[in-house]
Amino acid sequence: MVNITVNSQIISVKEKTYILEAAKKQSIDIPALCWQPGLEPHGACRLCLVEIEKSGRKRMVTSCNYPVEEGLIVRTNTEEVVKTRKIIIELLLARCSTNKKIQELAEKYGVTESRFEKKEEDCILCGLCVRVCREIIGKEAIGFSGRGIYRKVTSPFEQPPQECIGCGSCAFLCPTGAIKIENGLNMRKIAEINCEIPLVFCQYCGRPIAPLRQIEFLKEKTSLPEDIFYTCAECKRKNYARRLIAMSSKR
Amino acid sequence: MKIKNSSELKNYYENLIIKTSKREKRTIVLSMGTCGIARGASDILNSIKKEVRKRKLHNRVEIRVTGCHGFCEVEPFLIIYPQGIFYCKLQPADVRQILMESIEKNNIIERLLYTDEKGKKIIKETDIPFYKKQMRLLLGSNRFIDPANIDDYIAQGGYQSLSYVLGNMQPEEVIEEIKKSGLRGRGGGGFPTGRKWELCRRAPEFPKYVICNADEGDPGAYMDRGLLEANPHSIIEGMIIGAYAIGSNYGYVYVRNEYPLAIHHLNIALQQARDYGFLGDDIMGKDFYFDIEMVKGGGAFVCGESTALIASIEGKPGEPRAKYIHTVEAGLYGKPTNINNVETWANVPLVIKNGWQRYSKIGTETSKGTKIFSLVGKIKNSGLIEVPMGITLKQIVFDIGGGIANSKRFKAIQTGGPSGGCLPEAHLDLPVDFDSLSEAGSMMGSGGMIVMDEDTCMVDVARYFVNFLKEESCGKCVPCREGLSAMFEILTRITEGNGKHEDMDLLEEISFAMKNGSLCALGTTASNPVFSTLKYFRDEYIAHIEKKRCPAGVCKNLVHYEIMSDACRGCGACLKICPVSAIQGEKKKPHSIDDTKCIRCGECFEVCKFSAVRRK
Ligand SMILES: Cc1cc2nc3c(=O)[nH]c(=O)nc-3n(C[C@H](O)[C@H](O)[C@H](O)COP(=O)(O)O)c2cc1C
Ligand code: SF4
Ligand code: SF4
Ligand code: FES
Repeated sequence: MVNITVNSQIISVKEKTYILEAAKKQSIDIPALCWQPGLEPHGACRLCLVEIEKSGRKRMVTSCNYPVEEGLIVRTNTEEVVKTRKIIIELLLARCSTNKKIQELAEKYGVTESRFEKKEEDCILCGLCVRVCREIIGKEAIGFSGRGIYRKVTSPFEQPPQECIGCGSCAFLCPTGAIKIENGLNMRKIAEINCEIPLVFCQYCGRPIAPLRQIEFLKEKTSLPEDIFYTCAECKRKNYARRLIAMSSKR
Repeated sequence: MKIKNSSELKNYYENLIIKTSKREKRTIVLSMGTCGIARGASDILNSIKKEVRKRKLHNRVEIRVTGCHGFCEVEPFLIIYPQGIFYCKLQPADVRQILMESIEKNNIIERLLYTDEKGKKIIKETDIPFYKKQMRLLLGSNRFIDPANIDDYIAQGGYQSLSYVLGNMQPEEVIEEIKKSGLRGRGGGGFPTGRKWELCRRAPEFPKYVICNADEGDPGAYMDRGLLEANPHSIIEGMIIGAYAIGSNYGYVYVRNEYPLAIHHLNIALQQARDYGFLGDDIMGKDFYFDIEMVKGGGAFVCGESTALIASIEGKPGEPRAKYIHTVEAGLYGKPTNINNVETWANVPLVIKNGWQRYSKIGTETSKGTKIFSLVGKIKNSGLIEVPMGITLKQIVFDIGGGIANSKRFKAIQTGGPSGGCLPEAHLDLPVDFDSLSEAGSMMGSGGMIVMDEDTCMVDVARYFVNFLKEESCGKCVPCREGLSAMFEILTRITEGNGKHEDMDLLEEISFAMKNGSLCALGTTASNPVFSTLKYFRDEYIAHIEKKRCPAGVCKNLVHYEIMSDACRGCGACLKICPVSAIQGEKKKPHSIDDTKCIRCGECFEVCKFSAVRRK
């Protein structure tokens, strides 16, 4: 364990944790758009900036990827930190001037209007979608393309991604709702990443269960009986209940 | 043939020297870097070969093709040794006369000599003012070296530093020597090289890697290209010494794909170094393996940043990584990695050869040795220059550069590449070293130096660099990506005459957030062009915003052309050339411009022989 001071409060945390995690445990609020527990820090949104002091020297670092050290002093709300963060938020608000989530965040941190030219993007390029796909699902269905102001999230060569299993983790983690899932009659569609995958239907009731490739993926990863994959949650419950009743009536 | 120890190298060297001293042939040295070739040096070479054949001069003359010597302004040029006669701005047709007069006979052709400021003809290269004020420790030997011939490098004392190190020094001693020399990285950051090596040596993990950063993405800068093309072995020797000191067996040179000649020369040099036993197993008889692989980069500016470069070598997208751990501890493939710039590596053999005491006599208290700059822009003598640290900007611009071209006035000098700053006339006495330049709001960078004259609009300059950076950054982090994009929009509206007074504050606020908040040094320095021009040329911003005028007459929306009736002779030249028929007037009577039709192309301004068209 190491001891650090966050906003004059001394806390004891496990080695190798990042400042942000330590602060969150103490319910100290630091905005963090591109960070999620379980994923590698990405350091892209820069909202989690804090001031640190080490042997008398002060500097600004991003708390989501700065590992704690014994004796580290952290200040999360100095004048400089607040000013820098506000400008960054204002820049984000200009990029996503119509996005609800970003508007809410901006308001929370005291930015009501952006003085920069407004655009109507939803994606903030936080990379959560790309990372969850790579680090958790183990696929590289999506990634970034272009550089500088042309950077964007997309599938390789903007073609339907071969690796995508249609699980929707990207959409689930997206902090701004930029990635949307549409379940059609037969297909799951994730337009932002050019993905369209047939759905599998429940063998009992015919309701959609999950995209075909996701089922194949799960079959590979687990050794569960085949039957399970083609039964929806509702029917699984019903089947289970039926069996239970049958069992008890035998007794 | 492998050279197995220092005495074999010494013998080999002495034999080369004896061979050259016995040679009675003259040598024609032709400077053929990318710059020389662009100016027609290949045609000169072909003519020389043809004429030598025709005149049967094989026994009397030898041709040596070298890399760039630096004086790009007067290329193509050649030098005839042993006399050292320098003929410049050549045409293929001049070759015949050169061979007849200066090879077959002993005459000098006046008209091909370099003419100095005062109209004096100068015979020898070394007497030309452009070279005289420089200190060419690295570039000086370029004229003696055919980069495709390792013997030329050895004849210049090459690989003797390596030989000395392997024969007489422990790795720690090498590091100590580099530390004491005060050598600092030439790639931009100015980090003390010896300290970096020491940190890498002390890092516990293996293997360790050394990398030569030859990405050189600054527009208009070609210091590293010049070195790679002209003297690749000096870089290789530096890397081998560094690898020995650090305890590394694997080296990489990351070079941009747009440098085909540099890549070609480096490939040849690497192979020759292997053939001679300077790379590979048991280098010079010592139990030490080291080899170098070349990696070609796609050429984004941001790929020069060390962690982006490492990602790129690993085959990942070239973007900086977000980690607070130095590459000397965890770099390429997570292993300790020491990255140095091309010029830094080339300085290493020099430090060893001279010893730290002599090396550190050159330069200032905190910046030692020489620095290569590519001096370009509105300057008389553009080219690659090498100067001792601490020389003033004024000496560079006026003594070496020969002052501003076309008798214009100096306005600013931009140093440090796209994220450097613009310094005004008042700062011309500034000594050129890492710290002075940073303090003044610019930076040393890797050595780009652009001179600007009175016809340059500083707002437009800032906009140019911001435009470059917004496309060449990686786009990963918010302050840099969105900050550059917002800055570009603001600068654009100012140059178009739609600027608002608050815009200057907005620019400063964005600068502040980018400096504090960006992920890598591209973003933290990217506001320099804006910040420095706001600081030193604020009046130009104000003129654009408040008076809707561009004082330098560059921003199209803000200039107006007008014909002064007292100077106009009514010749009609402007009337004929105007592409939109905005000019009217009868012959021999003063003409006039209809400002509402005028598209500000400036054709009338250029064409008028009587300077009657005014731009304001
Ligand atoms: C955006 C950016 C571009 C860079 N480009 C280069 C480059 O082209 N060449 C180079 O040697 N260093 C470049 N650097 C600096 C490198 O990150 C690194 O500091 C340098 O290669 C270290 O070598 P040195 O200590 O010998 O200077 C760049 C840095 C940044 C932030
Ligand atoms: S789509 Fe969503 S999760 Fe993916 S980078 Fe954009 S904002 Fe982040
Ligand atoms: S500062 Fe610019 S170049 Fe560096 S990581 Fe951020 S976006 Fe990329
Ligand atoms: S949460 Fe730290 S940079 Fe985004």
